[in-house]
Amino acid sequence: MTFRIHVDPDKCQGHNRCYSVSPDLFELDELGMSSEVGAGLVPAGQLSLARLAVANCPELAISLTEMTAAEVTETAEATP
Amino acid sequence: MTSRHPRVHDFATDFDHTDPAWVNDPYPIWEDLRQRCPVAHSERYGGAWLPVTHDLVSEVAYDHEHFTSRSVVVSDRRPGPDDLPAPIGLSPPISSDPPFHGLARRMLLPAFTPKPTAVLEPFTRDLCRDLLNATDGRDSFDASLEYAQHIPVRVIVKYLGFPQEDADLFRGFIRLVLEEVDLPEEEREERFAAVDEYMDSQIEDHRARPRDDLTSFLLEAEIGGQKLPVEHIRGTMTLLMIAGIDTTWSAIGASLWHLAQHPGDRRRLAAEPALMDTALEEFLRAYAPVTMARLVAKDFDFHGHPFKEGDWLLLPFPAANRDPAAFENPDQVQLDRVRNRHAAFGLGRHRCLGSNLARMELRIALEEWLARYPDFELSDPAAVTWSAGQVRGPRRLPVTILGRDR
Repeated sequence: MTFRIHVDPDKCQGHNRCYSVSPDLFELDELGMSSEVGAGLVPAGQLSLARLAVANCPELAISLTEMTAAEVTETAEATP
Repeated sequence: MTSRHPRVHDFATDFDHTDPAWVNDPYPIWEDLRQRCPVAHSERYGGAWLPVTHDLVSEVAYDHEHFTSRSVVVSDRRPGPDDLPAPIGLSPPISSDPPFHGLARRMLLPAFTPKPTAVLEPFTRDLCRDLLNATDGRDSFDASLEYAQHIPVRVIVKYLGFPQEDADLFRGFIRLVLEEVDLPEEEREERFAAVDEYMDSQIEDHRARPRDDLTSFLLEAEIGGQKLPVEHIRGTMTLLMIAGIDTTWSAIGASLWHLAQHPGDRRRLAAEPALMDTALEEFLRAYAPVTMARLVAKDFDFHGHPFKEGDWLLLPFPAANRDPAAFENPDQVQLDRVRNRHAAFGLGRHRCLGSNLARMELRIALEEWLARYPDFELSDPAAVTWSAGQVRGPRRLPVTILGRDR
């Protein structure tokens, strides 16, 4: 099972909780707004950290979704 | 602090956030209101509303159509139409509405991300150690007056580039703005003028001698290719000073107040430094210092309540953080709470600009305190006093150091 994490840029207000609990999955822009690193694929060992980020976002801006096999392939092809 | 207002008998119909019952322990009041209302009303301050659930507090925080931030501190004096240069407001961007709010905030955000905040860490750590050194050899002292209150004031004074010796001056300003909301209006205005005067002298000094600090940053900042008008610069400097001090002082004080009474939590935190991240967030949730406010922008029906243009609305993020519908066992402090979407720094576009700075200060203040004094208790629980108004924290916090052997 592969999971993808995504920060909704319209909801993120820069609380930085996600970046604080899982700095490998998120990055901040110069305004301190967060986005997922790369395509947002969650490495197997980091799933609990991804869940922690979701559970600590005050704005409910982060989604964690399970990817279908087709999506996984597609993403792998699109990402060098 | 004693309120100059008559005592409240029913918070559902006559609430007042300066009432001694609210000041001493607001949590049972909010829980009672959650079950009975959950939107309370008061004729005080010319008419005010108070939603107390997480849902309703969020709804208001995200609604910029029906609510304005033109004034965010409830007092007897409501701004009139000619009073404040809307949509900028008295102290942008906290007092601004969209779309100007976004521009004013965007300009400031880069100065408050984790990176520039971390630069102030060594200064903060040294400061905490110095303050603790000054308590050396004493079994009892006031942790609010001698420790917590000095940390944020000196950090923001350093960041703004004001002389460190002016730090004491600011505490008077802050009391005026946030706590003494029930003073006669003329007196408040006179004292506000003194704040403006101080800021103007700093602006002049920084114009003459630019340096690497927040004041010089504001003097150079532009919105739409234009330098900022002096009212904007002064308002923002005042905001940063005020918003950065009382609030974090309260958070540090309340965390120490909790630890003083919970030996298990104290020992656990001292023994497991990795717990600090969740513990910090839990202190912020359970003892969130800041209640914001809005003005109703136009007449409308809010869940059956006839909101009128110009009514105050108290926006109690601390009450949202204790709502059992949003948090499991909200009145229990759990240092390892995993799900913690607390709203201590607000929600939506007005999220506290200084949240990274506040977290850094709180973390270092607690780390340094626990490293020096892992075991301590309240000297006299009845001697603890809490601030009145929209920022809640212990203002007197006498503690006794236990097992002193260092």
